[in-house]
Amino acid sequence: MSYLSLSFTLLFVVVSLVLSIWLRLGVERDIVIAAVRAGIQLLVVGYILKFVFASQQTIFILLMVALIIAVAAWNARGRAKAIPGAIWAILAGLVVTEIVTQGLLLGIGVVPFQARYIITITGMIIGNSMVAAGLLLNRLQREIENGRAEITAVLALGGSPKQAVYPRLKQAIRAGMIPTIDSTKTTGLVQLPGMMTGQIIAGADPVQAVRYQLMILFCILAGSAITSIVIGFLTYPKLFTPHQQLREG
Amino acid sequence: MSEAAIQMMDVGYQSDGDTWLLQGVSATLERGRTAAVIGPSGAGKSTLLSLCNLLRTPSTGRIEVAGKEIRDWPVQLLRQKVGMVFQAATMFPGTVEDNVLFGLRLHNRPLTDAGRLLELVDLPRGLLTKPATDLSGGQQQRVALARTLAMEPDVLLLDEVTSALDVHAKREVEETLLEIRSRLNTTMLWVTHDLRQARRVADDIWFLVAGRLVEDGPAERLLVEPATSELRSFLAQAKEGEA
Repeated sequence: MSYLSLSFTLLFVVVSLVLSIWLRLGVERDIVIAAVRAGIQLLVVGYILKFVFASQQTIFILLMVALIIAVAAWNARGRAKAIPGAIWAILAGLVVTEIVTQGLLLGIGVVPFQARYIITITGMIIGNSMVAAGLLLNRLQREIENGRAEITAVLALGGSPKQAVYPRLKQAIRAGMIPTIDSTKTTGLVQLPGMMTGQIIAGADPVQAVRYQLMILFCILAGSAITSIVIGFLTYPKLFTPHQQLREG
Repeated sequence: MSEAAIQMMDVGYQSDGDTWLLQGVSATLERGRTAAVIGPSGAGKSTLLSLCNLLRTPSTGRIEVAGKEIRDWPVQLLRQKVGMVFQAATMFPGTVEDNVLFGLRLHNRPLTDAGRLLELVDLPRGLLTKPATDLSGGQQQRVALARTLAMEPDVLLLDEVTSALDVHAKREVEETLLEIRSRLNTTMLWVTHDLRQARRVADDIWFLVAGRLVEDGPAERLLVEPATSELRSFLAQAKEGEA
């Protein structure tokens, strides 16, 4: 696709702008910012990927993976500003997810250790895990606030922080995982996933594209579970003081 | 000489917002006695209570439970020894029996007869299989009390346990507590807004104003011959309210 053809697709942005102005939705500024940001970010990433793919240097692959994880962790942290040190739990969750999923894919030889596989698959897995982390942390904070009396009652009976918070933690972990499970259930019926669509448009055999897509879906499923569980179990102790008191919200 | 169940020495508590909610509190509660903690709203009564089982940590001073500083106790053991019942009874999901045995199950302790505990708080055994949330406010408060008593605490911290109840339920829960005290010789630190209740239940009075323990001593003396103008004026206001 040439840049000229791409520029014609800006008409879609114009359509959104016209609709927003016509219906006085007040989101014109956000639409423009979103379009400009997406354009700049993707173009920059495109050139960086081109360089990394061409160089095939392990260090660049690892740097890209580290950058993806760092940006995702920083983004998810925005959902957990009230939890001290949450960024470290999020980073740990995402790193474990990356190691387990990519390790398995590489270990069983499904994908080779090449930039075009590692970086793109990492982007998809970590992107979804970031959403799961955000949902988990959001829900966990709400559960703690709503369950403060119940948690305090367990602590007052001599229960440990884990015993006090576990029913709430389970709900939060479920909240982190459920959107991924639901979208996996309806994949292909409601929407054709982006990776598969891209491959088909680029001329790949649809059945081959489906195989890759399934691989990614399973990785994303595992990723959201690992991320939610690791972050959940690393985060809840931060909600308590050394004397096993629930911190003020 | 009686042994101190709780001894406070120059205790202060500063909230996160740097406000001193308690300052310089020193008092002793002897084993088997009941002290009513009274004072105007915002005096720090509930805060004082929550320091005794380390649900809050004193910012200054020391609190000893059975002769040992609270921070030297294993936290979970301290909270089993010093039980607490709150103003609003929290019911956990499940039946009344699940709720009564909740603490014992937390600690994998042998399960006692939940029916006997219910009878101890004047509730019929027949309630055991009912969902706990179906009970009335007064019944829930007594289930919360039974749940705490199941842990066999040496000290009971009672944080306005009857203030959310109607007059009838209030008297019932109060009588239950007095009966438990006479049967088990439990030490009680009882926060109450109700001066008449304090007269009925207390051996000792701790009178707090703005985070300071203004006066403490035997109830029969303090409530009849208060030594400070603050307590005199508090009692006079309470009398007007009762009239």
